[in-house]
Amino acid sequence: MTMDALTRRRFLLASGVTAGGALAAGAGGMGIAHLLRTAGQDASAARSKKLVLVTLYGGNDGLNTVIPYTDHAYHSARPELAYDAAKVLHLDDTLGLNPVMRGMKQLWDEKRLAVVLGVGYPRPDRSHFRSMDIWQTASPAEPVTTGWVGRWLDGTKAAPEAAVSFEPVLPPVLAGQTRAGSCVSVGGLELPPGITADAVAALGRGEPGEPELQARAARAYGDLLRVERLVRSAEQHQSPSPDNADEEVLTTGPGSRSVLETQLALVARCVEAGVPTRVYSVSLDGFDTHAMERAGHESLLTRLDRALSAFVARMARTEAGRQVTVVVYSEFGRRVRANASQGTDHGTAGPVFVLGPTVAGGFHGEQPSLADLDDGDLKATMDFRDVFGTVLTSVLDADPDRYVGSGYRTKPLPLLTAD
Amino acid sequence: MSDSVGLLLRRAGFGPTAVELAAARQAGYAAALSGLSAPPGPDVGATGAPIPDLGPDAYAGKRDLTYEEKVKLEDLRTAQTEQITEWWLNRMTVASHQAVEKLVFFWHGHWATSVKKVRSPQLMLSQHRTLRGAPDFTVMARRMVVDAALNHYLDGHLNTRQAPNENLARELCELFVLGIGNYTEKDVKEAGRALTGWRFSLTMGRSVFDPKAHDPGRKTILGRTANFTAQSLVDLLLTQEACPRFIAARLWFRYGSSAKPIPKGLQEKMVRAFPAPMAMLRVLLADEAFQATAGTMVKQPVEWLVGVLRQLGVRPASLTPETRKAVLHDLENLGQLPFATPNVGGWPAGGAWLTSAAAQVRLRLAGRIAEQAPVDQLTPESLAYLLGVDGWTNRTYAVLRGTQDRRQLLTLGLVSPEYLVT
Repeated sequence: MTMDALTRRRFLLASGVTAGGALAAGAGGMGIAHLLRTAGQDASAARSKKLVLVTLYGGNDGLNTVIPYTDHAYHSARPELAYDAAKVLHLDDTLGLNPVMRGMKQLWDEKRLAVVLGVGYPRPDRSHFRSMDIWQTASPAEPVTTGWVGRWLDGTKAAPEAAVSFEPVLPPVLAGQTRAGSCVSVGGLELPPGITADAVAALGRGEPGEPELQARAARAYGDLLRVERLVRSAEQHQSPSPDNADEEVLTTGPGSRSVLETQLALVARCVEAGVPTRVYSVSLDGFDTHAMERAGHESLLTRLDRALSAFVARMARTEAGRQVTVVVYSEFGRRVRANASQGTDHGTAGPVFVLGPTVAGGFHGEQPSLADLDDGDLKATMDFRDVFGTVLTSVLDADPDRYVGSGYRTKPLPLLTAD
Repeated sequence: MSDSVGLLLRRAGFGPTAVELAAARQAGYAAALSGLSAPPGPDVGATGAPIPDLGPDAYAGKRDLTYEEKVKLEDLRTAQTEQITEWWLNRMTVASHQAVEKLVFFWHGHWATSVKKVRSPQLMLSQHRTLRGAPDFTVMARRMVVDAALNHYLDGHLNTRQAPNENLARELCELFVLGIGNYTEKDVKEAGRALTGWRFSLTMGRSVFDPKAHDPGRKTILGRTANFTAQSLVDLLLTQEACPRFIAARLWFRYGSSAKPIPKGLQEKMVRAFPAPMAMLRVLLADEAFQATAGTMVKQPVEWLVGVLRQLGVRPASLTPETRKAVLHDLENLGQLPFATPNVGGWPAGGAWLTSAAAQVRLRLAGRIAEQAPVDQLTPESLAYLLGVDGWTNRTYAVLRGTQDRRQLLTLGLVSPEYLVT
């Protein structure tokens, strides 16, 4: 199905994105192969492995996501928040998923969901900002200004489309010293009356000797047009499963799609169309559940579950999609004991999900003990740098120790099946 | 060619008009700095934008509401939030005392609080008055620790003797007063106990103290043991050597460089001017190290927009309601809506604003404002003068020469790399 203007408009409305305009940048009839050729690249990058990073902002309550349902300590530490063993979706005889995560449970049964247990880092920091910074920069010991994907962009002299975020502000993980990922608005590019893409492109040219940030400001315009064209031509790409694409447009009423679903639908189209992006960054916010946690957390997990399970199922249907690995993480878990506001305060280690057609499903690592806490918090049993290091090796074909920070020696995990 | 007075005015305020810039150049650097940091008389421009009176919170004194009633009250709150956001942008634009006005915006980013969680525009506006009215950092910190909006934002109202919630205590140490590395985890927990007992009242529009929820016991914080309360905790934090250094570093981060740390010598000089923020800022702006930062700061979206409005003579209050709404929406998509910081860490800085997504929204917003600008004749040269740009690169000059339409010319100038970086 080719997405005509009207269908696209409906797609955007269904996404809750109403500010989107026409295809002003004029992807026109230009195919992706042509776009890449004009940029002096071949399209082989389109067939390479891809990473989708899903960031859960706010600190996801790991103990109510992957639940130690047989552990008395779990039930007694948070009586109002704990789930009955009977309601939990059992993964084995001690751990289970939150009852709302039915799609993820199905992926687990199909061996397409890996759960890495007890992931954290030494000397946990309970500040959202510092801890998220630590995860995104992969540098727990000292603050640095580049993210681990950003350093990979620097190191591989990557093209602007190599890493794409569908968020309004660039996440630190995609910021390098000399390069950064691109941000693409889900709503589409809209230029003011009379302003041509050519004029914008001309503003995007570098000028010898100009200050570094001024050059970067210029480059952003060039990158904008280039990546925009790629993504929009992906939207016009023939969908491999028209029935499904139709559903995507028609069965979702306004407002019923979460931001994450919209972002992942765009990722899916880019992957299927062969856009040579290697890393996509998407996110879901709101996990800072200090009060009245249960209903709010369930609502977030429901959105996460729906978005991820639909995305992974769709990815399994195409050759390009089968190259995709999804990693879901948050800056920290939460305290074991509930606070008196029926919520939980900032904690430490939590589970990381790795999903995809080539993922080695099952548990990796060890669930932290509730009997051996560090001042009321879980002790991490796995360093997150080993997870990201594995992703660098297995998905991005890169030397992990070059891009994970502070001289850390990563230990590879068997997260992906050998191909 | 460096233009030191231009840099001073661009950093200290929101963006000087051509007239302001010419007058400041005439007066010289020292006089311009005095005029900014100690402006004579009342702010004449700001009298056109007095702080709005919203009346009590929509929920004040209301209970047992039906769903429909709640929807109405929420709509009212949304409208009032837009009202105060538009008001503040207008105030920034019309204020004659630009450095004073910009410092208020700095403090909002410092004590970052978002109406998206607080919900009550009345509480946000009350916090705004506190930030605007505090004569120095000491008074500000004492008032802010029990500020209703900040307490709500950081769950202070849930922090009780029976069940401590340390969110506010942590940010007080980390982001507001001391800076990371100047306290221990134990200090945070104990400080949390000192802060117990404060909750907010929507009816009264302020914080109230509940002695029953307060933990009156002894706490050991930063090596001192006492029956700390919110006030004595803040007083203890304010006497730490780390505090004035931290505030100096935060000012440097927004006015000097977000990439390079504050030079030690300048930091010590600023510490001597503590707790008066404007005096500290004046030391910063007078320092050689400040001049050396030319071309290294990216304008924040609000800074950019307010500068545009000032230089083009467009007043937010005179725009149509539709346009005002669209402008706010664009600002939000640029990642910076006043009263709505993205998180307690405040606004991003530097290259983080220069994403391709931001480039796209900026183009749209520039076009929107250019539509409203009362400008009849423009050349690339007169545009540089109007926008206070030192000069165009060959690249941008060629692009500007390529259009005859003055609105297009204006739009391209506003989004030009030269105009985004200062």
